[in-house]
Amino acid sequence: MTETLNAITVEVNGVPRTARVPARLSLVDWLRDELRLTGTHVGCEHGVCGACSILLDGEPIRSCLLYAVQADGHRVTTVEGLAQPDGSLSVLQDSFCEAHGLQCGYCTSGLLIAAQALLDANPHPSDAQIREAIGGNLCRCTGYQQVVEAIRLAAERGAGKITP
Amino acid sequence: MKAPPFEYARATSLAEACELLRRYGDEAKLIAGGQSLVPMMAMRLLRPAWLIDINEIAALKFVAVESEVVRTGACARQAVLERDATIGVRMPLLKQALAWVGHVQTRNRGTAGGSLAHADPSAELPLVAQVLGAGMLLRSAKGARKIAAEEFFTGPMSTAMAPDECLEEVHWPLWQERRTGSEFTELSARHGDFAMVSAAAQIALDSEGRCVRAALGLGGVGITPLAFPGLTARLVGTRLGENDFEQLAREAAAQCDPGSDLHASAAYRRHVAGVLAARALRAAHGRAESVQ
Amino acid sequence: MTYLYIGKKRRTKEDPRFVMGRGRYVADVALPGMKHVALVASPHPSARIASIRTEAALAHAGVHCVLTGEEFCANTDSLQIGVDAPEVTRWALAHGVVRYAGEWVAAVVADTRALAEDAAELVEVEYDPLPYVIDPEASLEPGAVLVHPAHGSNVLYHRKFVWGPVEEAFEKAEHRIAFRAVWGRNATVPIETFGVAAQWDAGTQMLDIWASIQMPKFPDQTARALRLPGNAVRVHYDVDVGGSYGVKRGIKHTVLVGYLAKRLGMPVRLIEDRLENMRGGDMHGPDRFFDMQVAFDGDGTIRGLKIRAVDDVGAYAGRSPLQLAKPVTAICGPYRIPAVEYEPTSVMTNKTPQEAVRGFGQSPTNFAMERAIDRVARHLGMDRIALRTKNLIRKDEFPYTIPSGSTYDSGDYHAVVDKALAAIDYPALVRERDAARRAGGLAGIGISTCLEPSGGNSAFEVLFNPKNETTTWMDSCLVRVDLSGAVTGVMNTSSSGQGHETLVATVVGEVLERDPAAIRVVRADSLTALPSNSPVGSRMAIMLGGAAAGAAKKIKAALLAIAAHNFECSVEDLEYANGDVSLKGAPEKKLSWGQLVTIAHRNIHKMPPGMEPGLQEKFVWDVPTGGDLPTPEGRIQIYPCYAFEAHVVYVEIDRDTGKPSIRRYVCGHDCGVMINPDIVHGMTYGGIAHGIGAALYEKFAYSEDGQLESGTFMDYLIPSAFEVPELKIVDHCTPSPLTTFGQKGSGEAGYLGAPAAIANAVNDALEPLGVSIDRLPMSHAAIWERIATAHDTGSPTNEAGKR
Repeated sequence: MTETLNAITVEVNGVPRTARVPARLSLVDWLRDELRLTGTHVGCEHGVCGACSILLDGEPIRSCLLYAVQADGHRVTTVEGLAQPDGSLSVLQDSFCEAHGLQCGYCTSGLLIAAQALLDANPHPSDAQIREAIGGNLCRCTGYQQVVEAIRLAAERGAGKITP
Repeated sequence: MKAPPFEYARATSLAEACELLRRYGDEAKLIAGGQSLVPMMAMRLLRPAWLIDINEIAALKFVAVESEVVRTGACARQAVLERDATIGVRMPLLKQALAWVGHVQTRNRGTAGGSLAHADPSAELPLVAQVLGAGMLLRSAKGARKIAAEEFFTGPMSTAMAPDECLEEVHWPLWQERRTGSEFTELSARHGDFAMVSAAAQIALDSEGRCVRAALGLGGVGITPLAFPGLTARLVGTRLGENDFEQLAREAAAQCDPGSDLHASAAYRRHVAGVLAARALRAAHGRAESVQ
Repeated sequence: MTYLYIGKKRRTKEDPRFVMGRGRYVADVALPGMKHVALVASPHPSARIASIRTEAALAHAGVHCVLTGEEFCANTDSLQIGVDAPEVTRWALAHGVVRYAGEWVAAVVADTRALAEDAAELVEVEYDPLPYVIDPEASLEPGAVLVHPAHGSNVLYHRKFVWGPVEEAFEKAEHRIAFRAVWGRNATVPIETFGVAAQWDAGTQMLDIWASIQMPKFPDQTARALRLPGNAVRVHYDVDVGGSYGVKRGIKHTVLVGYLAKRLGMPVRLIEDRLENMRGGDMHGPDRFFDMQVAFDGDGTIRGLKIRAVDDVGAYAGRSPLQLAKPVTAICGPYRIPAVEYEPTSVMTNKTPQEAVRGFGQSPTNFAMERAIDRVARHLGMDRIALRTKNLIRKDEFPYTIPSGSTYDSGDYHAVVDKALAAIDYPALVRERDAARRAGGLAGIGISTCLEPSGGNSAFEVLFNPKNETTTWMDSCLVRVDLSGAVTGVMNTSSSGQGHETLVATVVGEVLERDPAAIRVVRADSLTALPSNSPVGSRMAIMLGGAAAGAAKKIKAALLAIAAHNFECSVEDLEYANGDVSLKGAPEKKLSWGQLVTIAHRNIHKMPPGMEPGLQEKFVWDVPTGGDLPTPEGRIQIYPCYAFEAHVVYVEIDRDTGKPSIRRYVCGHDCGVMINPDIVHGMTYGGIAHGIGAALYEKFAYSEDGQLESGTFMDYLIPSAFEVPELKIVDHCTPSPLTTFGQKGSGEAGYLGAPAAIANAVNDALEPLGVSIDRLPMSHAAIWERIATAHDTGSPTNEAGKR
């Protein structure tokens, strides 16, 4: 049995990407295995851990809970799309390095996505709001302490400012 | 954890979705936010031959706050409802409940209609629908019908919707009483998990502080979310106090028929149901009282 | 001692690639033509496999192979086991019988993982269910169902150690208590599952392996099981591991995938999905109960201890029985206890096998011990802190040898306790708790004081297995300076977030006085590597740090020797500064770093006669202390260094639902000299969070019919940022006299004391009710049941103010 392939066009990190995908291919598998954007990670494939978080039309979602075919016509931002146009680290990424808001790095992409979405909507969040925003991202290394510190630092440094 | 193969159809209108449902019948599943459906497919607990995507139907995404009802399109995202300032003011119970639903990322994709159609008896939004007596507008190729929440929820993950029907709108009744207060609370193992027990209450008072209307519901303690109109009717016309909350909560809890699982025994759930029911009533009453 | 780089706030070398999404994990390794594995798992906890029909699966699109145990077990060898139990054989695929629900029965290889899963559903296995045993105590009963009948018993290991005059202590002591403490089956459950990719090259007869691995002797065990020479297996250590904390062993997965890659002549990859990982990934942790007895006097002096520990390792054993052995190295905790009886029993049941988990059995032991200390205090009506202060080893008593034979290197436990109490403002905290109690609430303060044995030799192996005489646990580092003068450190293992590249760069930079930011650290593969025993047992700061420093010192010595030769002076006349070497008192007589490097690489005519050209040095060293076999009574020096932690935690409990909330958390921590404080703190915070999970949320629960009930992330409850509160660490530094810079280990910090402290806090909250709880995890429901018991029986009145 061959599976029907569906033509899709998705804007990924600002670049239109086209493909023909089987319906059951999840967005995260498409991003990782076909586009080779391996910065987005798979942790549970059932929507709990948040490691696969990406921005869909600017909002953070779990990319394991979306089929790639459903993203047709939409805009996707992955961790690879967070850096500044010249490739240097964003304020948020740099703040994670400064506060050592990560260890093994596996959940980090999802945390960065969640944090960037928070700061975009709320440039000066309280600690409680930071924890709320990352509450759906499980991390086994950090106990969240230095993650919260990194996001707080990023906010202080203006990571939430919409830069032109 | 890859879903079994299926065919995908993206409906561009409700009529098209209904036509696809008519064509494929129970071979098909509608997908809205997919926050419950996709994991179940990944675990191969569900194997639809067709997945009909209604996410691109703009007509299903509206939020309309009218004089007596808040109408929401079946595909309105939970996050959109949560952020809606008017809902926050006019229907705080819904906003209070949404804060307990999953996490930011799941609410950005998850829809209120999808949650109702999924009908998990421990989920938050079905409980709100049950407590408020929401109406569900269902559409099929044959036409439309509207049924009340109490008929809509028929069991765990099961509703009165026919295989060819699609949830089109949810009508959340607005209480007209100025002095209305509400509360949603729950106990879950971790924040964002499905509730072991949840409780929702809404109380309206007259200017003298007498109850003119009250509603109470409990989730996670039966095969559907439970409302207790018979019990809350007794409150009407009285001034409510601590004893009323406790008494009502006790009786509501006694009427529950919870199951046991890894996280909570039936006895624990029943006990917590009483605790949360009283808390919800107390807090809702306090909020109503604070409205002058 | 002041350092240039050690102990300073410095960014890590690893973080930038991870925040860019440019880590390289095993699931990112895409080999040309790579095929994917899915597994067929047993639904039964115990059954005879009557038949396996693979035709339908093989006929499925894209399927290359369906492998069953019959072929696999005939062509590979059983995996190694940590104790002397040769009949407890173990392969990746069941052969003949299955021994737990979730055990792998067949492996399907297909073009994609999705196709492999489709085909796995088509493999028809016929089972004849057999009796099974799930409860470890039932498993110990005479006549119990045997998990491995050929072994003749369900007991993998049992011995009663008696160190010191235990019976005498118990006879003479004024008081005795006894209780049972139960540690629930949990694990570290990294967010990345285990994964492995393998490729066989028929031309070179070489098996290349990429794996998310943290395991000593992994290449050797893989080669042995595959019946290949050691130099036919090349493990690539430059794979980022997405968290491990002990469990990323994956030896069975690797032998399976290695076999498939060789047999099919195709690259093959297995990335466990979360369901496979939880049920069949063989990574559950200790599942243990302790029967504790303590003998003590009225003034709080603890005279003796009896610990019976029964640990359920599940259906097979790798190193898991040894998780009962490591705690021998700190069997009396940080306390002066002269006589200890320890009776460990490792027992098998029809559950998922156990693997190494952060602390290797130490955290459960610390939990039991710290519950004992609190129970002694309660028995005597004595302040818990005063009791600890009385029995903690004093700083002037180090080095301190405990009854089981290990010598603690150094410490100042009292200072750390004081710092932790000051940081949390303990008197104010007591007032806060008492106010909460007076307001009708349940509130408690928990304290734990315990050790993190570190430096990881695994001398417990020889203690638990007389046939094993391994006493060497070295680690190594190669440092090279290239023609341009750039410095590269080569390490010999993979990492899972511990910041080893930063460690090596910092230490090498410190010794050579060169900026660590400019030092590159790379990883050898297993065929180019110097010996390593991988990052287990909180050993890398000590062992890799020591090796890197040793190699760098040899480089420095070479530079000095070159300068001495050119200046025709002795090395003692020279001064080394930032890589430049000058003559003491004559700074104009100087050879710069660049000049020295050039001489080493290009000017043999300027080199001391007989000196090796180039600038590269390796250093291999064994764990300081240790190296002996145990005495007949089982005394042995195991780990060299002992870090100390003092946790203080404040918990409030919702009286009506049992839900606990952690309101405040402080951990006083002394791991000697910290190489990079951010890394140490990060691991400690993470350890505490993991400990919160073990104390309150996480459990691999089994139904009576032998099924894992918490096999998804919806039911296995990893704490989120909502459950983990703001955490505070207070540092103290007592250098170790045994290590290069005074550092001790810290990779297991936080986890070793958090469950104990939280259990003590919950019990302090319950104390006014006259009830207690000694079983982890303390779910909301479990706590409420204890509260309800108190209400049913009529509780004593609220006695606020007693701590």
